[in-house]
Amino acid sequence: MSEAVARYIEDGQVLYLAGFTHLIPFAFGHEIIRQHKRGLTLCRATPDLLYEQMLAGHVAEKVIFSYAGNPGVGLLPVFRRAVETGAVAIEEWTHFEMVARLAAGAAGVPFWPVNTLDNDLSRRRARPRVASPFTGQLVPVVPPLAPDVTLLHAHAADEEGNIYVDGLLGEMREAALAARRVLVSVETCEPARELRAGRLTLLLPAFRVASVSVEPWGAHPSYVLGRYDRDTLFYRQWDAQARQELAVEAWLHEFVYGVADRAEYVRQLPAGRLRTLKEAALI
Amino acid sequence: MSDPLLTPKEQMVVMAARLLRPAERVLVGVGLPNLAANLAKRVHAPDLVLIYESGILDANPKSLPLSIGDPVLVRDALATIPMLELFSNYLQTGWIDVGFLGGAQVDCRGNLNSTVIGPYEHPVTRLAGSGGAADIASCARRLILMLPQDLRHFPPQVDFVTSPGHPPEGRRPDGQGPAWVVTDRGLYDFDDEGRMRLRQLHPDETLATVQNATGWPLEVHPDVGHWAPPTDAEYEALRRLVSTTPVDRQASA
Repeated sequence: MSEAVARYIEDGQVLYLAGFTHLIPFAFGHEIIRQHKRGLTLCRATPDLLYEQMLAGHVAEKVIFSYAGNPGVGLLPVFRRAVETGAVAIEEWTHFEMVARLAAGAAGVPFWPVNTLDNDLSRRRARPRVASPFTGQLVPVVPPLAPDVTLLHAHAADEEGNIYVDGLLGEMREAALAARRVLVSVETCEPARELRAGRLTLLLPAFRVASVSVEPWGAHPSYVLGRYDRDTLFYRQWDAQARQELAVEAWLHEFVYGVADRAEYVRQLPAGRLRTLKEAALI
Repeated sequence: MSDPLLTPKEQMVVMAARLLRPAERVLVGVGLPNLAANLAKRVHAPDLVLIYESGILDANPKSLPLSIGDPVLVRDALATIPMLELFSNYLQTGWIDVGFLGGAQVDCRGNLNSTVIGPYEHPVTRLAGSGGAADIASCARRLILMLPQDLRHFPPQVDFVTSPGHPPEGRRPDGQGPAWVVTDRGLYDFDDEGRMRLRQLHPDETLATVQNATGWPLEVHPDVGHWAPPTDAEYEALRRLVSTTPVDRQASA
């Protein structure tokens, strides 16, 4: 993973770290922080704790997003401070607009129609409308989003580098296919024959994937369906912790700068916690 | 008298659950809407179809999720589908009967703000933003709005229209848009002009106390009365629901 990030991620790029609640690529985010990348534009429908940590690591100058909350808990304290003080620029959409932009990027077409009514976000952007050449009907449209690199975490890869997942896809497939380059981390590498006979489905063919890294627990504190559960305690505790800049710094020093890689991060977590998350996933 | 065993928020959940009809397809958000939809499914609408914007079709959660993408929602669901498919092919094409929305501010036309307090460029408080809210407000057949009622949440004008309500000239011509507002003080519908109107009062409230918590002159339905207290079945089901969250399970493990 370290090599992939060093080789493919450049300062100033537009990145999409995909995964909606499920399969959030935290290991990749931490590696980007450790390598001190700068000036990135970070896109995600839900910035989540991942972009909280990346903003605290000063890798980004802009965030493109559609929902900056911590679901069931509250807001995102680091993101909120950065926006309120103007430390980071934002570009904001609705969820449907965000996935429609990715669909346009993935399909290679110049816009995508979205029938969401006018609201203050669309008015701020003076959202354009296009007349159907067939009926004359006017439809609002959004522009494509085509990241330089999309990074994602998945259940498994086979020996050829085909990528397999289960459960919620969110916007993962569109985000991957909209990018020229896709970097993937997986929980396990398994024989193609077994994967194709099992319940996982293909997310991406190997030819759309630039790099695969095997990183167990690569999505913690989000989850991997059937492998480990969402660490809701972590999501709850982050809220209080992240209100203090020093506490966030201390967390980064312990769990990002202070470790060499994901394996070392995992060793820092309480063993009992990991066992609980694993057992909960098998219920 | 109000039920001392239920908090005002829990009573909101009971009232909201009653607005859901059997077999409806409901797009559920986190927090109170999630409780309300799951309560309705356990009390009077077991065939309610719970849909979550993360891409979950017909969820049957055994316990309450913290977020809308939690594994507990996925495990017993009919299917998970990409968000693009959910928003394009189910929501935009009119297959969602009810959308639930909350927010920081609502006005008398049901315009909702969940984006920012103060000016957008120089926020006093930056909130989470739309997520799917603007899309749901646009395309769900009818909307149930849930939020606490005081002068902060019910200002004369919202600071930002995240999700559009009824237009200034009248109700939405397509028959869609905000249908109900459930608060900790009362239940509201919208009149023929698209103005919010008080229908039922919380047992502890009067017209005066409710008006004092509202940033515009309230319209009141002629048949306004107090809402019926929670039934035993509602009370029991709600208690069971709130006692089984995944967080409790992990914290005690």
